[in-house]
Amino acid sequence: MKEFRFAVKNTVPIFFTYLFIGIAFGIMMSDAGYGILLSVASAVFIYAGSMQLVMVPMMASGAPLVSLALTALFINARHVFYGIGFIDKFRKMGWRYPYMIMALTDETYSILCSVKDDKGLDEEKCAFLISLLNHSYWIFGCFLGAFAGHFLPFDMRGIEFSAVAFFLVVVVNQWNRFRSKIPFFAAVIFASTLFWLLGKDYFLIPTLIACLAALLLLQKPVEKKEGFENDK
Amino acid sequence: MISNAVYPAAAIAVVAVVTWMLCAFPFLLFGTRPLPKTVKYLGKTLPTAIMTVLVIYCLRDTDFGKYPFGLAEIVSCALVVILQTARKNMYLSIIAGTLCYMILIRV
Repeated sequence: MKEFRFAVKNTVPIFFTYLFIGIAFGIMMSDAGYGILLSVASAVFIYAGSMQLVMVPMMASGAPLVSLALTALFINARHVFYGIGFIDKFRKMGWRYPYMIMALTDETYSILCSVKDDKGLDEEKCAFLISLLNHSYWIFGCFLGAFAGHFLPFDMRGIEFSAVAFFLVVVVNQWNRFRSKIPFFAAVIFASTLFWLLGKDYFLIPTLIACLAALLLLQKPVEKKEGFENDK
Repeated sequence: MISNAVYPAAAIAVVAVVTWMLCAFPFLLFGTRPLPKTVKYLGKTLPTAIMTVLVIYCLRDTDFGKYPFGLAEIVSCALVVILQTARKNMYLSIIAGTLCYMILIRV
């Protein structure tokens, strides 16, 4: 099971993040009076951290299903952008294709963006196991929080920073790997401008759209710098 | 009793379906056709932009305007970037950065 070991090695940083945020969600659910089964069902079927956390107080106040749907649409709209890089790769994965699509979270996306393919390993199996492992960490965390959240003896406040640290590592690696720095600077410029203009709750999706538009407009110079035409 | 269980189950189902559809959108859009060149190009360049935006998005609740001026975030992020550039060891960068953050928010 070389692929399994490879997947574990690459998902360790996410293990801690998912466990901690999952526990936080489970505790919120049990405080709001929802049982373990609903916590685990959310983890299995929704599998989206910030949406699940936002959902609990909405459910507790009996928010209409339409507003829940709209909130989900708004918070998870970024996922529309994640699939673009993986269409070809996931298509080849047969019965695992729908699962790979559904399990493409921020964290799984960042791992799949950054793993270097090891020689002699089944690349598709690795990707599948990475998705599956992350999902099971999440389910385990949500279960643990709902089941025993209040009895956990550790103060783990701040461990969620491991996700930020991981994203930063991916950015540093991509900075070194790609010659064109345009995608990076476009992100920084649009994110900070739109953050300032629209505020912290509304800047994400406009920023992603602006980045997409900028990359399309600058396709010629970026491709020239990267030499994409040559590697096919 | 039953209606008490129906609402949360329906809520979870609705949120799950919306989330799935968003994830599936680009895949459904291109179906099984060969990908246009521009989409392949975006597949290679968009991740860098998205990951950078995600870092900023994760730090959106930091208040740089008042004490402690987001110092814990700035120092920990700088540590991660420096370690990753110098040592290129993902685990070292993440563990050191997270520990640094956990210590700084407690002092």
